[in-house]
Amino acid sequence: MIYINRFAHIRNRAVFRMGELVCRDIRGSLDDFLISAFEGLGINYPKYYKMDASSKLGFLGTEMLLNNLRLEDDYKPEEVALILSNAHGSLDTDLRFFESTKTMASPALFVYTLPNIVAGEICIRNNIKGENAFFVSPRFDVKQMHDYVEMVMTSDKTKACIAGWVDVMGSQHDVFLYLTEKKKRENALEHTAVQLQKLYQLKEYGTVDS
Amino acid sequence: MEQLIADLKRQIIEALNLKHLKPEDIGDDQPLFVDGLGLDSIDALELIVLLQQHYNIKLANPQDGPQIFKSVKSIAEYITANQPK
Repeated sequence: MIYINRFAHIRNRAVFRMGELVCRDIRGSLDDFLISAFEGLGINYPKYYKMDASSKLGFLGTEMLLNNLRLEDDYKPEEVALILSNAHGSLDTDLRFFESTKTMASPALFVYTLPNIVAGEICIRNNIKGENAFFVSPRFDVKQMHDYVEMVMTSDKTKACIAGWVDVMGSQHDVFLYLTEKKKRENALEHTAVQLQKLYQLKEYGTVDS
Repeated sequence: MEQLIADLKRQIIEALNLKHLKPEDIGDDQPLFVDGLGLDSIDALELIVLLQQHYNIKLANPQDGPQIFKSVKSIAEYITANQPK
Protein backbone atom coordinates (compact mmCIF):
# COMPACT_ATOMS: atom_id res chain seq x y z
CA MET A 1 0.00 0.00 0.00
CA ILE A 2 1.16 3.53 -0.83
CA TYR A 3 0.04 6.48 1.28
CA ILE A 4 -0.33 10.19 0.71
CA ASN A 5 1.08 11.45 3.97
CA ARG A 6 1.27 15.16 3.28
CA PHE A 7 0.14 17.73 0.75
CA ALA A 8 0.50 21.47 0.11
CA HIS A 9 -0.90 24.09 -2.25
CA ILE A 10 0.15 27.55 -3.41
CA ARG A 11 -2.66 29.42 -5.15
CA ASN A 12 -3.82 33.02 -5.49
CA ARG A 13 -0.76 34.20 -3.56
CA ALA A 14 -1.61 32.03 -0.59
CA VAL A 15 0.22 29.03 0.85
CA PHE A 16 -1.65 26.06 2.34
CA ARG A 17 -0.36 23.08 4.28
CA MET A 18 -2.75 20.12 4.53
CA GLY A 19 -5.53 22.46 3.40
CA GLU A 20 -4.86 25.02 6.14
CA LEU A 21 -3.86 28.57 5.24
CA VAL A 22 -0.27 29.31 6.29
CA CYS A 23 0.26 32.73 4.72
CA ARG A 24 -1.23 35.05 2.14
CA ASP A 25 -0.01 38.31 0.63
CA ILE A 26 -2.00 39.76 -2.24
CA ARG A 27 -0.16 43.10 -2.24
CA GLY A 28 2.35 43.76 -5.01
CA SER A 29 3.45 41.34 -7.72
CA LEU A 30 3.88 37.58 -7.71
CA ASP A 31 7.65 38.18 -7.29
CA ASP A 32 6.89 40.25 -4.17
CA PHE A 33 4.70 37.45 -2.80
CA LEU A 34 7.39 34.83 -3.45
CA ILE A 35 9.92 36.90 -1.49
CA SER A 36 7.57 37.77 1.40
CA ALA A 37 6.39 34.16 1.76
CA PHE A 38 9.99 32.91 1.81
CA GLU A 39 11.15 35.52 4.30
CA GLY A 40 8.16 34.71 6.48
CA LEU A 41 9.47 31.17 6.80
CA GLY A 42 12.76 32.46 8.21
CA ILE A 43 14.89 30.14 6.10
CA ASN A 44 18.53 31.01 5.43
CA TYR A 45 18.95 29.97 1.78
CA PRO A 46 20.47 32.85 -0.28
CA LYS A 47 20.20 30.88 -3.53
CA TYR A 48 16.40 31.28 -3.35
CA TYR A 49 16.67 34.93 -4.38
CA LYS A 50 18.38 33.91 -7.63
CA MET A 51 15.78 31.34 -8.65
CA ASP A 52 13.14 31.92 -11.30
CA ALA A 53 9.44 31.98 -10.32
CA SER A 54 8.93 28.27 -11.08
CA SER A 55 11.84 27.19 -8.87
CA LYS A 56 10.76 29.57 -6.10
CA LEU A 57 7.25 28.08 -6.19
CA GLY A 58 8.60 24.51 -6.18
CA PHE A 59 11.00 25.35 -3.34
CA LEU A 60 8.29 27.04 -1.24
CA GLY A 61 5.81 24.25 -1.95
CA THR A 62 8.28 21.59 -0.86
CA GLU A 63 9.19 23.52 2.30
CA MET A 64 5.46 23.68 3.13
CA LEU A 65 4.99 20.03 2.29
CA LEU A 66 7.85 18.69 4.37
CA ASN A 67 7.57 21.26 7.18
CA ASN A 68 10.68 20.18 9.09
CA LEU A 69 10.27 16.52 8.10
CA ARG A 70 13.81 15.53 7.12
CA LEU A 71 13.45 12.77 4.53
CA GLU A 72 17.17 12.04 4.87
CA ASP A 73 16.55 10.88 8.46
CA ASP A 74 14.34 8.07 7.13
CA TYR A 75 15.68 7.36 3.65
CA LYS A 76 18.86 7.25 1.62
CA PRO A 77 18.97 10.03 -1.03
CA GLU A 78 18.54 7.38 -3.77
CA GLU A 79 15.31 6.10 -2.17
CA VAL A 80 13.38 9.36 -2.65
CA ALA A 81 11.83 10.13 -6.05
CA LEU A 82 10.54 13.41 -7.46
CA ILE A 83 7.82 13.45 -10.15
CA LEU A 84 6.57 16.85 -11.31
CA SER A 85 4.37 18.23 -14.06
CA ASN A 86 3.05 21.54 -15.35
CA ALA A 87 1.36 23.20 -18.31
CA HIS A 88 3.79 25.94 -19.30
CA GLY A 89 7.18 24.24 -19.04
CA SER A 90 9.69 27.07 -18.52
CA LEU A 91 7.88 29.50 -20.85
CA ASP A 92 7.63 32.23 -18.20
CA THR A 93 11.42 32.32 -17.85
CA ASP A 94 12.02 31.67 -21.56
CA LEU A 95 10.17 34.92 -22.33
CA ARG A 96 12.05 36.86 -19.66
CA PHE A 97 15.32 35.55 -21.09
CA PHE A 98 14.22 36.47 -24.62
CA GLU A 99 13.56 40.02 -23.38
CA SER A 100 17.05 40.17 -21.86
CA THR A 101 18.63 39.17 -25.20
CA LYS A 102 17.36 42.45 -26.69
CA THR A 103 19.96 44.28 -24.59
CA MET A 104 22.39 41.87 -22.90
CA ALA A 105 21.49 38.19 -22.51
CA SER A 106 21.38 37.21 -18.84
CA PRO A 107 23.31 34.00 -17.98
CA ALA A 108 21.46 33.81 -14.65
CA LEU A 109 18.12 33.70 -16.49
CA PHE A 110 19.42 31.33 -19.16
CA VAL A 111 20.17 28.58 -16.63
CA TYR A 112 16.47 28.47 -15.70
CA THR A 113 15.20 28.04 -19.28
CA LEU A 114 14.37 24.35 -18.80
CA PRO A 115 11.19 23.08 -17.09
CA ASN A 116 12.96 20.57 -14.87
CA ILE A 117 15.35 23.06 -13.21
CA VAL A 118 12.74 23.38 -10.45
CA ALA A 119 13.23 19.64 -9.81
CA GLY A 120 17.00 20.20 -9.53
CA GLU A 121 16.54 22.99 -7.01
CA ILE A 122 14.22 20.82 -4.88
CA CYS A 123 16.67 17.90 -5.07
CA ILE A 124 19.63 20.09 -4.03
CA ARG A 125 17.72 21.55 -1.09
CA ASN A 126 16.45 18.18 0.16
CA ASN A 127 19.33 15.91 -0.89
CA ILE A 128 17.13 13.84 -3.21
CA LYS A 129 18.96 11.58 -5.67
CA GLY A 130 16.27 9.08 -6.64
CA GLU A 131 14.12 8.58 -9.72
CA ASN A 132 12.83 11.79 -11.28
CA ALA A 133 10.60 12.83 -14.14
CA PHE A 134 8.93 15.99 -15.39
CA PHE A 135 5.79 15.95 -17.56
CA VAL A 136 4.22 18.82 -19.48
CA SER A 137 0.47 18.55 -20.08
CA PRO A 138 -2.34 21.09 -20.59
CA ARG A 139 -3.75 20.46 -17.11
CA PHE A 140 -2.93 18.35 -14.04
CA ASP A 141 -3.40 14.82 -15.34
CA VAL A 142 -4.48 12.96 -12.23
CA LYS A 143 -4.47 9.51 -13.81
CA GLN A 144 -1.04 9.90 -15.38
CA MET A 145 0.46 11.25 -12.17
CA HIS A 146 -1.15 8.54 -10.06
CA ASP A 147 -0.09 5.73 -12.40
CA TYR A 148 3.49 6.99 -12.78
CA VAL A 149 3.97 7.48 -9.04
CA GLU A 150 2.52 3.99 -8.40
CA MET A 151 4.97 2.53 -10.92
CA VAL A 152 7.94 4.31 -9.36
CA MET A 153 6.86 3.40 -5.83
CA THR A 154 6.41 -0.28 -6.63
CA SER A 155 10.14 -0.62 -7.24
CA ASP A 156 12.18 -1.78 -4.25
CA LYS A 157 14.54 1.12 -4.76
CA THR A 158 12.01 3.90 -4.10
CA LYS A 159 10.59 4.33 -0.60
CA ALA A 160 9.16 7.85 -0.85
CA CYS A 161 8.12 10.20 -3.62
CA ILE A 162 7.33 13.90 -3.82
CA ALA A 163 4.97 14.50 -6.71
CA GLY A 164 2.60 17.06 -8.15
CA TRP A 165 2.12 20.19 -10.19
CA VAL A 166 4.22 23.40 -10.28
CA ASP A 167 2.93 25.81 -12.91
CA VAL A 168 3.55 29.52 -13.48
CA MET A 169 2.94 31.89 -16.35
CA GLY A 170 3.14 35.61 -15.68
CA SER A 171 1.13 36.29 -12.53
CA GLN A 172 -0.84 33.00 -12.83
CA HIS A 173 0.48 30.24 -10.60
CA ASP A 174 -0.73 26.90 -9.30
CA VAL A 175 1.18 24.52 -7.06
CA PHE A 176 0.00 21.21 -5.66
CA LEU A 177 2.59 18.91 -4.12
CA TYR A 178 2.14 15.72 -2.16
CA LEU A 179 4.35 13.21 -0.39
CA THR A 180 3.78 9.50 -0.86
CA GLU A 181 5.48 6.86 1.26
CA LYS A 182 5.19 3.14 1.82
CA LYS A 183 4.83 3.84 5.51
CA LYS A 184 1.75 5.40 7.05
CA ARG A 185 2.02 8.64 9.00
CA GLU A 186 -0.64 10.55 10.92
CA ASN A 187 -3.62 11.58 8.74
CA ALA A 188 -2.45 9.35 5.88
CA LEU A 189 -4.69 8.93 2.84
CA GLU A 190 -4.65 6.08 0.37
CA HIS A 191 -2.87 6.96 -2.89
CA THR A 192 -5.68 6.67 -5.44
CA ALA A 193 -6.53 8.77 -8.49
CA VAL A 194 -9.87 9.74 -6.91
CA GLN A 195 -8.13 10.90 -3.74
CA LEU A 196 -5.58 12.86 -5.75
CA GLN A 197 -8.35 14.60 -7.71
CA LYS A 198 -10.04 15.60 -4.44
CA LEU A 199 -6.80 16.94 -2.99
CA TYR A 200 -5.86 18.84 -6.15
CA GLN A 201 -9.28 20.55 -6.13
CA LEU A 202 -9.09 21.31 -2.43
CA LYS A 203 -9.87 24.92 -1.78
CA GLU A 204 -9.33 27.00 1.28
CA TYR A 205 -10.03 25.64 4.72
CA GLY A 206 -10.74 22.15 3.55
CA THR A 207 -13.61 22.85 1.15
CA VAL A 208 -13.66 20.76 -2.01
CA ASP A 209 -14.94 21.69 -5.46
CA SER A 210 -18.04 19.71 -6.34
CA MET B 1 37.09 55.29 -6.30
CA GLU B 2 34.75 55.39 -3.27
CA GLN B 3 31.78 56.36 -5.42
CA LEU B 4 32.65 53.66 -7.97
CA ILE B 5 32.82 51.03 -5.22
CA ALA B 6 29.44 52.16 -3.85
CA ASP B 7 27.90 52.03 -7.36
CA LEU B 8 29.38 48.58 -7.98
CA LYS B 9 27.92 47.18 -4.77
CA ARG B 10 24.45 48.37 -5.75
CA GLN B 11 24.84 47.05 -9.30
CA ILE B 12 26.12 43.66 -8.11
CA ILE B 13 23.16 43.26 -5.72
CA GLU B 14 20.76 44.16 -8.54
CA ALA B 15 22.39 42.07 -11.28
CA LEU B 16 22.99 39.00 -9.12
CA ASN B 17 19.66 39.10 -7.28
CA LEU B 18 21.34 39.33 -3.88
CA LYS B 19 18.20 40.83 -2.37
CA HIS B 20 19.08 39.55 1.09
CA LEU B 21 22.09 41.90 1.14
CA LYS B 22 22.52 45.65 1.47
CA PRO B 23 25.50 47.48 -0.07
CA GLU B 24 26.98 47.99 3.41
CA ASP B 25 26.96 44.20 3.96
CA ILE B 26 29.63 43.78 1.27
CA GLY B 27 33.16 44.67 2.33
CA ASP B 28 35.40 46.44 -0.19
CA ASP B 29 38.03 43.69 0.10
CA GLN B 30 35.66 40.80 0.89
CA PRO B 31 36.22 37.82 -1.43
CA LEU B 32 33.24 37.52 -3.79
CA PHE B 33 33.52 33.80 -4.49
CA VAL B 34 33.55 30.59 -2.42
CA ASP B 35 34.04 31.48 1.28
CA GLY B 36 33.29 35.16 0.86
CA LEU B 37 30.02 36.20 -0.69
CA GLY B 38 29.54 32.68 -2.07
CA LEU B 39 29.13 33.63 -5.73
CA ASP B 40 29.30 30.89 -8.38
CA SER B 41 30.31 30.50 -12.04
CA ILE B 42 26.98 31.85 -13.34
CA ASP B 43 27.48 34.93 -11.17
CA ALA B 44 30.91 35.35 -12.77
CA LEU B 45 29.20 35.50 -16.18
CA GLU B 46 26.76 38.08 -14.83
CA LEU B 47 29.69 40.17 -13.59
CA ILE B 48 31.20 40.06 -17.11
CA VAL B 49 27.84 41.23 -18.50
CA LEU B 50 27.70 43.97 -15.83
CA LEU B 51 31.13 45.31 -16.84
CA GLN B 52 30.05 45.38 -20.48
CA GLN B 53 26.64 46.91 -19.82
CA HIS B 54 27.52 49.58 -17.27
CA TYR B 55 31.16 50.37 -18.07
CA ASN B 56 31.53 49.34 -21.73
CA ILE B 57 34.43 47.06 -20.81
CA LYS B 58 34.90 43.70 -22.50
CA LEU B 59 37.09 41.27 -20.63
CA ALA B 60 40.07 40.85 -22.98
CA ASN B 61 41.39 37.70 -21.36
CA PRO B 62 38.89 35.48 -19.46
CA GLN B 63 41.79 33.93 -17.56
CA ASP B 64 42.19 37.27 -15.77
CA GLY B 65 38.68 36.85 -14.33
CA PRO B 66 39.60 35.35 -10.95
CA GLN B 67 42.00 38.23 -10.24
CA ILE B 68 39.63 40.95 -11.48
CA PHE B 69 36.56 39.56 -9.69
CA LYS B 70 38.37 38.85 -6.42
CA SER B 71 36.57 41.67 -4.60
CA VAL B 72 34.55 44.82 -5.28
CA LYS B 73 37.75 46.83 -4.82
CA SER B 74 39.64 44.78 -7.44
CA ILE B 75 36.76 45.22 -9.92
CA ALA B 76 36.78 48.98 -9.28
CA GLU B 77 40.54 49.11 -9.86
CA TYR B 78 40.16 47.19 -13.13
CA ILE B 79 37.38 49.55 -14.29
CA THR B 80 39.46 52.61 -13.41
CA ALA B 81 42.42 51.24 -15.37
CA ASN B 82 40.43 50.01 -18.39
CA GLN B 83 37.34 52.18 -18.88
CA PRO B 84 37.25 53.66 -22.40
CA LYS B 85 37.88 57.41 -22.40
